Amino acid sequence: MVATTDTPNKTFARTAGLCETPMHYCAGCSHGIAHRLVAEVLEEMAVLDRAVGICPVGCAVFAYDYFNVDMLEAAHGRAPAVATGVKRACPDAVVFTYQGDGDLASIGIAEVIHAAARGERITVIFINNAVYGMTGGQMAPTTLEGMKTSTSPLGREPGLAGYPIRVSEMLATLDGATYIARQSLHSPKAIMAAKKAITKAFQVQLDGRGFSLVELLCTCPTWWGKSPKEAMDWVDEGMSPTFPVGVVLDRTL
Amino acid sequence: MTTPRQLMKGNEAICRAAIDAGCACFFGYPITPQNQIPEYLSSLMPQHGRVFVQAESELAAINMVYGAAATGVRAMTSSSSPGISLKQEGMCYLCASELPMVIVNVQRAGPGLGNIAPAQSDYFQSTRGGGHGDYRTLVLAPATVQELYDLTRDAFDLAEKYRNPVLILADAVLGQMMEPVSLTREPLPMPAPLPWGARGTRKGSRTVINSLYIIPEDLEAVNLRLAEKYAQMAREDVRYTEEIPDNAEAVFVAYGSAARVCMTAMEQLEARGISTGLARPITLFPYPYEQISALANRAQHLLVVEMSLGQMVEDVRLAVEGRVPVHFYGRTGGVVPTPDEVANAMEKVIRG
Repeated sequence: MVATTDTPNKTFARTAGLCETPMHYCAGCSHGIAHRLVAEVLEEMAVLDRAVGICPVGCAVFAYDYFNVDMLEAAHGRAPAVATGVKRACPDAVVFTYQGDGDLASIGIAEVIHAAARGERITVIFINNAVYGMTGGQMAPTTLEGMKTSTSPLGREPGLAGYPIRVSEMLATLDGATYIARQSLHSPKAIMAAKKAITKAFQVQLDGRGFSLVELLCTCPTWWGKSPKEAMDWVDEGMSPTFPVGVVLDRTL
Repeated sequence: MTTPRQLMKGNEAICRAAIDAGCACFFGYPITPQNQIPEYLSSLMPQHGRVFVQAESELAAINMVYGAAATGVRAMTSSSSPGISLKQEGMCYLCASELPMVIVNVQRAGPGLGNIAPAQSDYFQSTRGGGHGDYRTLVLAPATVQELYDLTRDAFDLAEKYRNPVLILADAVLGQMMEPVSLTREPLPMPAPLPWGARGTRKGSRTVINSLYIIPEDLEAVNLRLAEKYAQMAREDVRYTEEIPDNAEAVFVAYGSAARVCMTAMEQLEARGISTGLARPITLFPYPYEQISALANRAQHLLVVEMSLGQMVEDVRLAVEGRVPVHFYGRTGGVVPTPDEVANAMEKVIRG
């Protein structure tokens, strides 16, 4: 976390990368952590004043009220195309999209695949919590086999509804992708690893090396029907086996 | 000084105009009959230090324009009817977010996949918004290759004047035909990005480009403000031309390629001893209601000619409010009416 030096006793402060607007997220939701990590990284890299963020449609639809940088709202799934337009028009901007699993892996899968294939110098923050949160907990492309949602009330049946998509592994097959990592936000240790991955992803962009994406395994206690603590535990126990954490692709090595 | 005149194809004139207007970014996707636009621009834009990207879909192309326009630079995309349908979501967001940009529709025949022949059947889609919600797009309807050049240049200025998308409504005839074009207007260098452009807070303020207003009264206020812009367009930027002799017995109302067919039909009718005129809207939104309304006192009959089953005819009827008979002649499916059949239709209207 950011250490500040303005008062000797102060060891923790709000990052300048976030507005003071109270967030609307549910108790135990990981979005707040993910927002904070991205904002801290942009601040620590001293690029807040040239950052342009693109919000998704989904729970993070109001992210333009939270990130204290220039922000654009995109139509559902189109954030990587919007980011492409921003980056091509203004190459010295630091451009990121912040998208959920419905936005990115379902309706916007074409946009993210082609942005990666073109090697767009943008950074994608991909929030995977295995459900559509904003609309009421429906099945997402990342919903696990057997997982109950409001549109798979008996559990996701692969024979009817197919299998979860491993976005990071799929995008890692593309030559235009430079850095892809999947991390989790369920514990302090995992959060530190996630921050490292986000930092690396933005560094790849700053170095002009191509497309970068960090997938973050996140909670949705509300639609999972779990307490915040149970939800955090379930990210590790329930999601990690299908979505293994770690660096999926690093072409900078 | 001699006027530089060049023979060029309609689609090429659009590209020249985009370059000369200082367009910084073009995002396209292949679809006939507009393919020459992305093809020409894939060479021209990099030659001029500008951005060209072939997008993965029309959806992506219009959203790339959204991103580029949000940074405050001049941006454009082009397509043809089925592709324009796909771009309507983006057009709607661009209008709602008040981003200036230029979009070209080289119309082909529909509905569905239709065919690649010329048509004017996207009039409703173009002038009534096209997507969801209360919004309009400024629509320019060229009838010559010269106008394709001139109106495309103007489109960028109008887009910035209103912070609203401007649509060039052409068709396969205009896009593919060759005519001489006078390049009398100086090419502009790429203008500096507009001050509000989302390029980072280093510009001294924070930019948020958004169309989400969760409080109904807030969205109503936004929509009323947009409506005032559309009213201003109607006050300040209606474009219309006419050629109506004093002794005209009846007047054609047509735009774009159909207006050209009417001009030849007028000559044929003249040879038959029948004097007719032509009223040609150039802006389809804002529509020249006043000018068309005035025709009620100047002609016994109006004959609307369109390459559709009758779309603009509804605006003509709205304009004249029943004070003069409004007749319609149209061909659809990509069939271009011949001057002969249009002249015969007019003769039938006049002779009863």
